[in-house]
Amino acid sequence: MMRDVTLGQFFPGKSILHRLDPRMKIALLVAFIVLIFCTGNYFSLAFTAIIVALTVFFSGVPTKMYLKSVKTIIFIVIFTSVLNLLYGTGDVLWSWGFLKITTGGIRNAVFVTVRIISLILVSSSLTFTTSPTDLTDGLERILKPLGIFRIKVHEIAMMMTIALRFIPTLLEETDKIMQAQKARGADMESGGIVKRVKALIPVLVPLFVSAFRRAYDLATAMECRCYQGGSGRTRMKSLHLTAVDFKVLAFMIFVACSVILLNIFL
Amino acid sequence: MEFIKVDNVKFHYDIDEEPGQQPAVNVLDGISMSVEKGEFVALLGHNGCGKSTMAKHFNALLLPSEGKVYVDGMDTSDEEKCYDIRKKVGLVLQNPDNQLVASIVEEDVAFGPENLGIEPKEIRRRVDDALKKVDMYEYRLHAPYKLSGGQKQRVAIAGIIAMEPDCIVLDEPTAMLDPRGRDEVMSTIKKLNKENGITIVLITHYMDEAVMADRVIVMDKGKILTEGNPHEVFSKVELLKKHRLDVPQATELVYQLRAMGVKFERMPLDEEECVEMLREVLK
Repeated sequence: MMRDVTLGQFFPGKSILHRLDPRMKIALLVAFIVLIFCTGNYFSLAFTAIIVALTVFFSGVPTKMYLKSVKTIIFIVIFTSVLNLLYGTGDVLWSWGFLKITTGGIRNAVFVTVRIISLILVSSSLTFTTSPTDLTDGLERILKPLGIFRIKVHEIAMMMTIALRFIPTLLEETDKIMQAQKARGADMESGGIVKRVKALIPVLVPLFVSAFRRAYDLATAMECRCYQGGSGRTRMKSLHLTAVDFKVLAFMIFVACSVILLNIFL
Repeated sequence: MEFIKVDNVKFHYDIDEEPGQQPAVNVLDGISMSVEKGEFVALLGHNGCGKSTMAKHFNALLLPSEGKVYVDGMDTSDEEKCYDIRKKVGLVLQNPDNQLVASIVEEDVAFGPENLGIEPKEIRRRVDDALKKVDMYEYRLHAPYKLSGGQKQRVAIAGIIAMEPDCIVLDEPTAMLDPRGRDEVMSTIKKLNKENGITIVLITHYMDEAVMADRVIVMDKGKILTEGNPHEVFSKVELLKKHRLDVPQATELVYQLRAMGVKFERMPLDEEECVEMLREVLK
């Protein structure tokens, strides 16, 4: 049950997305998400959807993985699109009691579905093609200017790195503790929701205790390795933008212009 | 040359001075020892004998309540020298899972040198070098949680080597490993000592590991019980047994045979030596 968490999963590869600088990837992702929500008609929406499909195709990550991440939010997609379908304005096409489907409703439903799925796919393509350390490293460097507002960017990035590092370890541990409690007769699979949540307490308590013990050990190990916070620290991998980054940037500018033109002229 | 010098160190954890409470117990109770450069020393003892506490004194993680610890002439209680000391003496802990920081092997190994503010190119060289020394180079892009215990521990050792310390202190590095992982880690430690001249302090309660050292120091209840080369120490079977410490199996066998009247000249430390001696006796 714990094994199929896709969070922070990374597929090493050599695709164009893998070769992009993480800072560029994060910036482009944010820009593209904004763009997805700027689409004003079916043409620009279809255009962004095609770009998303291309991104997925060229990422060199098994399509199965993308389907998996869409599957996790399919309920939200259906829920919001049904709501949008029923609460629209415009010509009424079908009605039953207080429920009515309108042309505006259909349009909204299509937009919201395509947008959410696009959103999930492009964000997944970022995490699938960027190693967790590159990701936090990129974030740290992008957010560095926030340092002037006394935001401890390095510390936040360090916390993210450690959190990502310990997710698999703690999942494994949760599994072990659950098995140990089951071996002692704990019942976790039957009963109502309240009973099941209560059954988790004997799992969570040892998990927390061990997490604190691990944290203490890790702090010792980090001290042994002369960790003194962000100042005076260098990095093994220095990030630099390459020709690929600028080509992709140019492409994104082209996409953005196209979307705007499609919005205006069609 | 004396690299680490421990001078009559006493240590107790701070407890609140409230009436009716027992006075703090000395975890270390007047320990004096020294470690020479390039030496392989094993620190042997039971759980709770203070050996791990001692380990944390070697790189200024803990400071003595009384007495002094000097590393390469630097006093560990001198706060300004703290990071210079930790650069020279690396500490590897027991649980390999808890000491890895990054989600990729090579980035974890780079963590130490990055903290020291070293140039990226030099870090790259050190990381590759350290991973090759522990035979983990081909795993450099793997995620630590997918490795075996012995492999993880070797990555942890590489993380320390990359800081290029003169001395590595290992606090029961094999306690959580299976026999195969234990062999991997032990042969790595021996190789680092013999080929790269790194001073090793191995803290352990496995007799068979202590035998590999140049010198064995046995601790009990915060004091040094005895020390010397493995032959000297494990010849004192009665003393060790009195303090509920085991001796290596080969030594135990010869000890029992001696008690039954078979004549042996000395005590063997490992199976090969024991077989050789038995063969001579049986001739």
